[in-house]
Amino acid sequence: MPGFLLPLLILSPLAASVILFLFAKRISARGAGLLAAGSVGFSAVISMVLAFLLLSRTNADPFQITLWEWMRTADISAHMSFLLDPVSLVMILVVTVVGFLIHLYAARYMADDPGIARFFGCMTLFVAAMLVLVLASDLFCLFIGWEGVGLCSYLLIGFWYENPANTAAARKAFYITRIGDTAMLCGLLLLMTSAGGSLQISHILSAVTTGQLSSSVVSGAALFLLIGALAKSAQIPFQTWLPDAMAGPTPTSALIHAATMVTAGVYLIARLHMLFTAAPLVMTLMAVTGTLTLLMAACTALVQTDLKRILAWSTISQLGYMFLALGTGIWQAALFHLVTHAFFKALLFLTAGAIIARVHHEQNIFRMGGLFRAMPGVAAAFLAGASALAGLPLITAGFYSKEMILSSVWPASFALAPGLALSGHLLWGAALAGAFLTALYIFRCVFIIFPGQPQTAISGRTPRLMAIPLACLAFLSLAGGFVEMPDALVPVHLFTHMLAPAAAGSSAAISPDAVSHIAISGAEAPRWLLLAGGIAPVAGLAVAWVLWGRTRPVMREVPGQAAIVSLARAGSGTDRLYDVFFVQPFRFLAWLTRHDIIDGLITGAGRMTRRLSLFFLQVRAGSLGLASAGTITMTREGDLLLTRLQNGRVRWYAAWIVAGLCAALASALLA
Amino acid sequence: MQFLALLSAAITLIGAIMVITRRVAVHAVLWLVVTLLALAVVFALLGAPFAAALEVIIYAGAVMVLFVFVIMMLNLGRPDSDREKEWLRPRAWLGPALLATLLCGELLYTLPFRPDDTAAPDLLTARDVGLSLFGPYVLMVELASFLLLSGLVTSFHIGRHRLRER
Amino acid sequence: MSVLSLSDALLLAALLFATGLAGVLVRRDLLFMLMSLDIMLNAAALVFVAAGARWHDASGQVMFLMILALAASETAAGLAIILCLHARGRPSLDADTGNLLPGNLRSGNPLSGNPQPGNLQRG
Repeated sequence: MPGFLLPLLILSPLAASVILFLFAKRISARGAGLLAAGSVGFSAVISMVLAFLLLSRTNADPFQITLWEWMRTADISAHMSFLLDPVSLVMILVVTVVGFLIHLYAARYMADDPGIARFFGCMTLFVAAMLVLVLASDLFCLFIGWEGVGLCSYLLIGFWYENPANTAAARKAFYITRIGDTAMLCGLLLLMTSAGGSLQISHILSAVTTGQLSSSVVSGAALFLLIGALAKSAQIPFQTWLPDAMAGPTPTSALIHAATMVTAGVYLIARLHMLFTAAPLVMTLMAVTGTLTLLMAACTALVQTDLKRILAWSTISQLGYMFLALGTGIWQAALFHLVTHAFFKALLFLTAGAIIARVHHEQNIFRMGGLFRAMPGVAAAFLAGASALAGLPLITAGFYSKEMILSSVWPASFALAPGLALSGHLLWGAALAGAFLTALYIFRCVFIIFPGQPQTAISGRTPRLMAIPLACLAFLSLAGGFVEMPDALVPVHLFTHMLAPAAAGSSAAISPDAVSHIAISGAEAPRWLLLAGGIAPVAGLAVAWVLWGRTRPVMREVPGQAAIVSLARAGSGTDRLYDVFFVQPFRFLAWLTRHDIIDGLITGAGRMTRRLSLFFLQVRAGSLGLASAGTITMTREGDLLLTRLQNGRVRWYAAWIVAGLCAALASALLA
Repeated sequence: MQFLALLSAAITLIGAIMVITRRVAVHAVLWLVVTLLALAVVFALLGAPFAAALEVIIYAGAVMVLFVFVIMMLNLGRPDSDREKEWLRPRAWLGPALLATLLCGELLYTLPFRPDDTAAPDLLTARDVGLSLFGPYVLMVELASFLLLSGLVTSFHIGRHRLRER
Repeated sequence: MSVLSLSDALLLAALLFATGLAGVLVRRDLLFMLMSLDIMLNAAALVFVAAGARWHDASGQVMFLMILALAASETAAGLAIILCLHARGRPSLDADTGNLLPGNLRSGNPLSGNPQPGNLQRG
C-alpha cells in the first residue's frame, strides 16, 4: 500500500484550510466553496482508493505509518503515527464522503455570507482534525485531533459572533466538552503511567489483555475515558451543550453536531473496546447512561418547537443507542448505527437548512405548514430521512442498524456487582420505547410541517447544488442498510465481515468470561424480537398520525401548562440544575475571594464582640461593666493589631515572609 | 584569572548595591546592566559559556531594553527623584537592612562551605544543555512555553484594558 | 578552567540575594522593586549554574533557562501593570498606596452587594 496516501488524506483539507485562512480577504465566495469542497472531495477519493486497497489485501494486518517522533523523555514517548484498519476505514469513509456532500451543499448555502472563507477554513480544518482523530494510532496523536475538533466546533458555533447568544452557546459547548477533555486526559495519563510510558493503542491493548494492568487501573482509565466520550457525545449529564450548539450555521450542525464530531466518543470506545470489556462495571454504566439518554432526549424532542432543536435532541437520542450498543459490547452495531445515523441525520439537517432558508429563517415548526406543495423534492428528502431516523421496517437503513442493536441487547446481561446482573430485557424494553418515541416525534414534525395550507410566504427555489447532496444522502439513508441484515430476513453481513479482522483480534485476545457475550448473529434471539422492533416505529407513526396528522386544529400543540413540559421544552431544566449546583457556588467562592474573607472575619469578629460587649454594658452596667469594658478594650486593641498586620502593603508582606524565613532558619540552626 | 573572578564578583555586588540606592530610574537600570554583564563574566568563569551568552543577550539585552522603554514612557522627572530622596531617608533603611543582614548571615552560616570544593574541569557547552533540554526536560520546556504564553496574554490583556478605558 | 569554587559562588549568591531583598523591602517605587526582584532571581540562577558546574551536569543551566523564562514573563507582566497604573493617573508608582485593590472603582462592580473595598482602617 502506498505510504503517502494516509498523510495526503489529512494534508489535503489542512492545506485548503491554511490557504482559506491566509487569503480570506482575497478569495471569492465561489472560489472558497470550490476549494473547500474540492479538497474534501479529493480526500474522499483517496479514502475510497484506500478502502479498495485495504479490502483487496489478502493478509489482515492493519496498515500503519509513523511520521515522526513527537517527544521522548525518560518515561514518555509519543509519536505522530497513523493506523488504517477496518474501524478507521469506516470512519474516514463517513467523514470524507458525508463531509464532501455537506461541503458541496454549504458552498451554495453559505454563498451570500461575507465570512464564507472563514467558514470554510474552519470546516476544512475540522475535517483534517477529525481525520487525525480517527486515524491516530497513538492516543496522544488522537488527543490532538480530539482537541482540534473541539476548537473547530467552538469556532463554528460562534460563527455569527455579532449575536452574543451565539458566542454564549459556543462558550458553553467549549466549557462542557472541556470537562470531558480533562477527564480524558486524566485517563490517558493514568494509562500511560501504568502501561510503561507509551500510548500506542496496540501497546495499551496488549498490556490490558496480558494482564499487565491491574483491574483498578483499567476500571479507572475506562471510567475517565467514558466521561470524555460522554461529554463529546453530549450524553447525560453533559447533554445541555448540543441543543444550544444549533446556533451555528446549518451545514455545521449537519457535519459536526450530527454526523461526525459527536460520534467521536463512540469511535473512541469502539477503538478501545478491549479496554472497556475488561471493566464490566463501566460497561454497565455506559449502557444505562445510553438508555437513559435516549429516553430523556426522545421525550424532550417530543415537546420542542424549533426544528433544529428537535433534530439536535434526536441526535442525542440516537447517540444514546450507540452507547447502549457499546455498553452491551457490540461495538460493530454501534459503528453501523453511527454510519447510518451520519447519513440520515446529515440529510435531515441539510433538508432542515433548505426549508429554513426558503421560509425566511423561521425555525418554529408551528409557523411552517403546508410546505409539501411548495417543495415536494425537499419534502421527499425529509421524509426519507425521517423514516430512516424512525427506522421504518425493511426499506430504511435506520431499521437495520437499530435492529442489530435491539436484537443483541435482549440476550445480554450487565454486571452490577459480583453475582448480581441487570437483565438485558429491561434495557431492551426501554430502547424499544425509545424507538416508538423516535417515530412519534419525527413524524409529529413531518405532519406539522408538510401537509395542509401554507402559513408563511415561501420564496425561491432550492438550488441544484443543494439538491444533489440531498438526493445522494437520501439514497444512502434508504439503501445504506442493505449491507447488513438480520438472519431472519436475509443473511447479509458485509459490514461485520469487513470489521472481522479487528473483531477477530479482540475475541481471540479476551478471555471468554470477561464478556458476557459477543452476540453478533441474532440466532439465539427469538424471531418476535425482530417483529417488535419493526412494529414499534410503525406504531409511533400511527400515533403521530392520530395526534397531529388527522385532527390538526385540535391537537396542534401538546398542552403547555404542565411545568415538566415547559422545562423540557426549553431544554433548560438541566441548565437550571447546573446553575444551582455549580455556577452559584463558584460565584459565591469568587465573591468570597473578592471580598477578602480574612479581612471580613477579623473586622466582623471585632465588631461583633464590641457590639456584644456594648450590649452587656447596657444591660448589666453594674456587675458586668468592668469585664465588658475590659473585653472592649482588648478586642479593640486586638483588632487594631490584626489590622496593622493586614494592611495590604506588599513590602510589609515581603518583610513578614523574610522574617518567617529567618525564624525558620534560626530554629533549624538551633535545633 | 583569579583576579578576573574577584573583580567581576566585586563589580556584581557593587552594581547591585548601586541599583537599590539610585534615585533616578535610568541610572538604576544602567547599573543593573553592569551587574548583569559582570554576572555573565562570573557564569563564563564557572564554565558555563552558554548561560553567560544568554545572560548578556536576553537579560542585559532584551529585558533591560524593556525597562528602558517603560521608563521612557513613564516620563519620570525631577519631582520623582525628589520623592525618592524623601522615601530613602536613613531611617527607612534600618529595618530592611537588618532583616537582609540577618538572612544573609544565616544563609552564610548554613551553607556548606568547603574551600577545596572546586568545580569540574571542563566546560558545559550549549550542546550539553540542548541535549538535556530536549531530552529529559522536554516537558519542562513545554511548561516554560506555557508560562511565557501566559505572560504574553497577561500583558496584552492589561494593555488592552487600558486602551478601552480611555 | 574554573577559577571560582562552589563556595565562592554561593557566597556571592547569598550577598546578591540579600542585596536584592533589601532593595525590595526598602524601595517604595514599583519599578525599583521589580529591578530588585530581578537581582534576587539572578542570585538564584547563579546558585543553579554554580551547582551545575560543580557536578558537571547540564541540569543547572536548564534551570537557569527556566529562571530566564520566569524573569521575562514576570518583568513583562509587572511592567504592563506599571504602565497601566501610570496611565490611570496614579500620581506615583508607590507600592504602599496600592493596598486596597477595590477593583474598578469608576465603572462600579455589578457583582458585589458591598461596594466598599475590603479595607480594615474603617473597622
